[in-house]
Amino acid sequence: MKTQSTQLLVIGGGTGGYVAAIRAAQLGIATTLVEGDRIGGTCLNVGCIPSKALIHVAEEFDCVSHYAGVGGKTSALGIRVQQPQFDAAQAVKWKDSVVQRLTHGVAGLLKKYGVQVVSGWARIIDGKTVEVGNGADALRISCEHLLLASGSEPVQLPSLPFGGRVISSTEALSPTAIPKRLVVVGAGYIGLELGTAYRKLGAEVTVIEMLPHVLPQYDSELTKPVATALHRLGITVHLGCKVLGMNAAGDAVRMQDAQGAASEIAADQVLVAVGRRPRSEGWGLEKLLLDMDGRFVKIDDQCRTSMRNVWAVGDLCVQISGEPMLAHRSMAQGEMVAEIIAGHRRRFTPAAIPAVCFTDPEVVVAGRSPEEATAAGDDCISAQFPFAANGRSLTLESREGFVRVVARRDNHLIVGWQAVGRGVSELATAFSQSLEMGARLEDVAGTIHAHPTLGEAVQEAAMRALGHALHV
Amino acid sequence: MGIHVIKMPDIGEGIAEVELVEWHVKPGDAVVEDQVLADVMTDKATVEIPSPVSGKVLTLGGKVGEVMAVGTELIRLEVEGAGNAAAGAPAVAARAAPTVAPVPPAAAVKPAPAPARAPAPTPAPPPPMPAATVAQRRPGEKPIAPPSVRRRAWELGVELQFVPGSGAAGRIMHADLDAYLARGGATTGTAQSGMRYVERNDEQQIQVIGLRRKIAEKMQEAKRRIPHFTYVEEIDVTELEALRARLNDTWSEQRGRLTVLPLLMRAMVLALRAYPQINARFDDDAGVVTRYGAVHLGIATQTDAGLMVPVVRHAEARDLWASAAEVARLAEAARKGKATRDELVGSTITITSLGAMGGIVTTPVINYPEVAIVGVGRIVERPVIREGHIVARKIMNLSSSFDHRVVDGAHGAEFVQAVRGYLEFPATLFVE
Repeated sequence: MKTQSTQLLVIGGGTGGYVAAIRAAQLGIATTLVEGDRIGGTCLNVGCIPSKALIHVAEEFDCVSHYAGVGGKTSALGIRVQQPQFDAAQAVKWKDSVVQRLTHGVAGLLKKYGVQVVSGWARIIDGKTVEVGNGADALRISCEHLLLASGSEPVQLPSLPFGGRVISSTEALSPTAIPKRLVVVGAGYIGLELGTAYRKLGAEVTVIEMLPHVLPQYDSELTKPVATALHRLGITVHLGCKVLGMNAAGDAVRMQDAQGAASEIAADQVLVAVGRRPRSEGWGLEKLLLDMDGRFVKIDDQCRTSMRNVWAVGDLCVQISGEPMLAHRSMAQGEMVAEIIAGHRRRFTPAAIPAVCFTDPEVVVAGRSPEEATAAGDDCISAQFPFAANGRSLTLESREGFVRVVARRDNHLIVGWQAVGRGVSELATAFSQSLEMGARLEDVAGTIHAHPTLGEAVQEAAMRALGHALHV
Repeated sequence: MGIHVIKMPDIGEGIAEVELVEWHVKPGDAVVEDQVLADVMTDKATVEIPSPVSGKVLTLGGKVGEVMAVGTELIRLEVEGAGNAAAGAPAVAARAAPTVAPVPPAAAVKPAPAPARAPAPTPAPPPPMPAATVAQRRPGEKPIAPPSVRRRAWELGVELQFVPGSGAAGRIMHADLDAYLARGGATTGTAQSGMRYVERNDEQQIQVIGLRRKIAEKMQEAKRRIPHFTYVEEIDVTELEALRARLNDTWSEQRGRLTVLPLLMRAMVLALRAYPQINARFDDDAGVVTRYGAVHLGIATQTDAGLMVPVVRHAEARDLWASAAEVARLAEAARKGKATRDELVGSTITITSLGAMGGIVTTPVINYPEVAIVGVGRIVERPVIREGHIVARKIMNLSSSFDHRVVDGAHGAEFVQAVRGYLEFPATLFVE
């Protein structure tokens, strides 16, 4: 067995791990990163990036189908084209090229800053020792600091184990062909994003959700335009229904509705997207006996675990239960941990971690919703501005959705933003900035927003909360 | 008249409960805004809780020694106007009402009129803030500060929870941090957080080169070769200081100011006449002690580069002012790195002075191959018994080391006593 030692050992080359490694190396810390699969983790390989690539393909195809009048659609824009063809293999090839460009970029950065990258699955020996590989080729690495960044994986349903027609989001992002009939289990953002994309690429899509709403973590006002759009796209949604498993023939999903009536839905493919869970088992993490929060490693506001000099970032860990599994959260944590190890004083105290659903229309939230603010004891006012009254929206053929602001009644401090509508994901920047800067309604209302843009709805929402919107 | 309820404020991140250690008021007392109501203690700091309003104390929310959760009722005041609570039983579960008046959403918002300021930890109670627009934060409420302010606060070790924010909606600005620090606001060490006991593992390797290597070699040489003995005596310099003040009053304009140093130099020159074995260099390899008629006085001088010892040549031939001028010139040259080699070698005895820094005793290291060094301490007023009375006298300690191979203990002590004689009866400095 070979041995070596390093100052910082990072387990996991996803967004949390690779950012921590790059930052640590920039700060002069000898850093080793162990990754068993591909650099870039879930986000770059089987998450954010490939899903957005596939969604882009689907949107483009849908657009052209629209102009071609497929399914009796007509285009108001006066554009007519021949019926389009879809080449799934080429689409996947293009998506892979985007992923590859980014993962190669990250690998290049790791190399540039002098991070030692070790390929293989890490096994924890103790809080300062990790082993990679087996037998004579095994490498034992000892470190001063251990950073756990093993991320998360899709949750499997006991009644619908992965395999055969049952796939997870990972497989759904690399289709060999578009199935004729797709059943999506779970109407969270992953299920709806992929379900919508498959629908636009021609599949008949049925979504089954146990809870009574789509996107159950958001309020119904925000999700209503999404539900309407699903209906318009021809996606069947069964809410309040429980999945029982595949039928005996293995070609249909059996489900039970709220009244207890069982039925079957024929499926060529079944996408299970009921959530993700931290990868906290099976690689020796249990041996450290760290304080846990369920399956999550418990951390403090500096990403310290209960063991000295053992740190955790990303989907693996939570400071407060229910924190979102999002790439930008793990990046911020990774950067911070590297700086703390380098002796800087840092803490993880964001005003908000924004979240975006790339459904059609898109949903973006940052900070507190009106209900959350009330539950937290804030006396709040909120106001929304509809995109139907926004010029840019109309020129984009999208009049659905709105921007909503939530602010404290006493001092008008903005505590939250939500928006739903086409292209609203890019508003996340403005939302986060105003929250982090501690802006009041007057600050946003008093900022000139460029015309004609969707962003004007942000200003108008603030003005409306102050009682003087101009365009409604 | 209304009831104003003050809840136990959140005095730092992660603190859920505090111990009530003292009440400064009792029921029936009239209190004014900013008056301290109570002291509470976390596991790290004692914090004063000021009143955000004026009024009369109705009830106290707890007894001294009680551990109270953040957000529970601390005290109930009767105030002019509406107050912030309904009369009746203390609403323990209710969240603290904001101390700012609600503003209708449509109205233009003026700075919140809350007069309260965030509690500051003792022992640095801040003077009143300028007409502040500081909203008292509710339990669990995060201080509002832009990311750049947050980062600066971490680096300064300041808990933002303690910093009153002057910006809109209580936002903490860079200027608020400055003001907080200028008022002596607590930084790392009194407040609470996990980040102040940061383990550090960084190391720095410094090459010992140049002057530092010379110093290291010289010190090593001196300590390896010379069996030192150190003798400390206190000198009553009351008279000497009176003389010095007089001389400075009279002559400083024409001749420059005198410090104690030239007077000590003169005393040494005179004392050395009787102890020539102390004004000497010992070549121990050759086994020869060379005694010198001249007194070349090394003056240990701290420079940015390290310790240097420029030499006042022929101190025996200089009067007080000439000595003072030469010391000043050499010290300046040494500090600027302009002292010549000749000015840095050839001393026969050395003076080292840490007087400005205080301290009682030093054990000076002899400037090899010399055989003696005299260390000057600080002049302090001490009670002294003189003729049966306790009087205040100015006392200065001299710590002197000698090479015991060539200076016997008795002779070293006698030399110091002779110096003391000159300094305590300064007229004798001028009697030949």
